[in-house]
Amino acid sequence: MCTVCGCSGATVGGEDHQHGHGHGHDHGHGHDHTHDHDHGHDHPHGHGGHSHSHDHGDHGHGDHHHAAPGLLDYGAGPARAHAPGLTQTRMIEIERGILSKNDGYAAANRARFGRDGVFAVNLLSSPGAGKTTLLVATLTALAGRWPVAVIEGDQQTSNDAERIRATGAPAVQINTGKGCHLDAHMVGHALESLPALDGGVLFVENVGNLVCPAAFDLGEAKRVVLLSLTEGEDKPLKYPDIFATADLVLVTKADLAPHLDVDRAAIDRALARVNPAATVLDVSARSGDGMAAWLGWLEAERRAALTALAAQAEARASALRSAVSG
Amino acid sequence: MHEMALCESLLLAMEESGRANAFTRVRRVRLEIGRFAGVEIEALRFGFDVVTRGSLAEGAELVIQEVPGRGWCFTCNETVSLDHRLASCPSCGGDRIQPSGGTEMTIKDLEVE
Repeated sequence: MCTVCGCSGATVGGEDHQHGHGHGHDHGHGHDHTHDHDHGHDHPHGHGGHSHSHDHGDHGHGDHHHAAPGLLDYGAGPARAHAPGLTQTRMIEIERGILSKNDGYAAANRARFGRDGVFAVNLLSSPGAGKTTLLVATLTALAGRWPVAVIEGDQQTSNDAERIRATGAPAVQINTGKGCHLDAHMVGHALESLPALDGGVLFVENVGNLVCPAAFDLGEAKRVVLLSLTEGEDKPLKYPDIFATADLVLVTKADLAPHLDVDRAAIDRALARVNPAATVLDVSARSGDGMAAWLGWLEAERRAALTALAAQAEARASALRSAVSG
Repeated sequence: MHEMALCESLLLAMEESGRANAFTRVRRVRLEIGRFAGVEIEALRFGFDVVTRGSLAEGAELVIQEVPGRGWCFTCNETVSLDHRLASCPSCGGDRIQPSGGTEMTIKDLEVE
């Protein structure tokens, strides 16, 4: 991992990413986004989805985030259980999430998506669950209906981006090298290589992995986790972290059901244990079954997201107008 | 899960703090790790030793405070405490629970010189 900018030595678009060019990613960590996520915690029952980055530990400490790291002398402040002794040591209060750097980049990505009206979807699954196949079928079905782009994450090769580009959609491949997940900083870089996507949909296909990507907010609006029918009914129980963060779970390769001894209801039970709020849809990119429901979900969520953005913009315009007339 | 990446983030945060607060050595780091954060504490300790080698935090003591789990029970309509992610609701015995706390991964403070 690069200790200058924090990126994991990833390459974007197959070329080595250069660290020396001052790409202005010091966007101040956008700490106010932690408040957004507090909301998600307080009302996990209120809406079908739940926010994503709240797993990162920033919540509940919002009051501390705005202060510069405080300097606490022994005996003067909350030195807690630490005995100061006679050494020249002092306490530095930090109170920030370990992944706050990633969360800052994610907030910047989210702000950018909000500004451009982009509906961003983070697609996660184990390797081979069918993320790329689903995307190819999705892009083909959308057939230019909205501006779309894809960010592909893999440890090596640009095979997936090439499959996406074959549909006519712009795609950027991020090779994470040793990395096991995409982070928000990589996604921010990848966005620079994509055309403007105003009002469109960005699909981010994460590195195939049911563990690590769960903790890394990319700035997406929704998380979609794929579980292929061949993977076993208890995957959500074995890898709860990733399924717990899903807004939508797609049970893929549904066309294989007649050939498998899969207890489909057991998958629902396992998902309900881990994430009672997630929507679950069965889909087969191969046969096309379930594609309409998946596309319908996309359309409805995109509409809701853009409608919310429009309402915010109108409220802002109204506030500005009354400031002018007042 | 990605304990090495967490340790690298942690080291970056300590180095940033070192520049901001003019210290060159970290003696002790205190973290809060939630029960549901998906962090393997032993792997985190191992990663910390590896990642901090040769840095301002080499040899620093890593103090980890575990934060208990909480979840929202859809049946009881309230927040309940949970021992593990797949635990049933201690009130109603139901399984419809959304973890809502215990996912923290926070750097609390540093003891520096």
